[in-house]
Amino acid sequence: MQVDWLHFTPWSAIIGGALLGLASGLLALWAGKIAGISGILGGLLNASSDMAWRGFFIMGMLLTPLLWLTFKTPVDIQISASTPAIVLAGLLVGIGTRYGSGCTSGHGVCGLSRFSIRSLAAVTSFMGAGFVTVFLTQHLF
Amino acid sequence: MLKITALFSGMLFSLGLIISGMVNPAKVIGFLDLAGMWDPSLALVMAGAIATATPFFVWAKRRKYTLLTQEKMSLPDSKIIDRPLITGSILFGMGWGLAGICPGPGLVALAMGAPKAFIFVAAMLLGMFIFNLLPKKP
Repeated sequence: MQVDWLHFTPWSAIIGGALLGLASGLLALWAGKIAGISGILGGLLNASSDMAWRGFFIMGMLLTPLLWLTFKTPVDIQISASTPAIVLAGLLVGIGTRYGSGCTSGHGVCGLSRFSIRSLAAVTSFMGAGFVTVFLTQHLF
Repeated sequence: MLKITALFSGMLFSLGLIISGMVNPAKVIGFLDLAGMWDPSLALVMAGAIATATPFFVWAKRRKYTLLTQEKMSLPDSKIIDRPLITGSILFGMGWGLAGICPGPGLVALAMGAPKAFIFVAAMLLGMFIFNLLPKKP
């Protein structure tokens, strides 16, 4: 393993991460909700009774990028995967996060922050699968 | 109050994703690529997020009612590690590694106008929709 010092951004990572933690922590303390993006989106597709807060959370998530583009310069978004790979990835993420009850936010940030053993198992599984998949796609195929 | 709280939290969450650099799939792939040039940034994003969120969750767990909405506090407390949890997480990890995009950054990249993020989110919503159609265990 070689560390990519050129692209390593420790300070923005820690500060951005702290904002993710703050957003998740406040939502839990103030409203008792888990800031799990896949769970929030999945609930919106289910016509459940608590659609409103989910809709407002997603609106907030979409609003910040629009404000950012209005006042700041665009950020780097490099997606190197081909379109068919993106479609397959999207399907896998959609089904997998619902089947596994969470993603990087719900199991990762919120789950690990409340010491959930279930979320630790989920994070280990998707991190492991991510490492293996990237090894296969970047180095073998 | 719940709606305003959710809107504010969503905005803050999105800002965190932008500032952390996790909106860029190339950076996520850089973290997942242990055998190549490894970018440890994502580990620090998680560390920063967990270190910040933990005191809030500890506080929230001690409370009977939520601080702002004054509803009964009911955060999940399941400890069951079953096959759906692991299988689903592995499928998610495969998709995550394939494109470098998970649900949150996908939405933010979409709002920033990345065409491939639009395709990703559409496929992800389709996947979630398909999941909803699958028969559920009682």
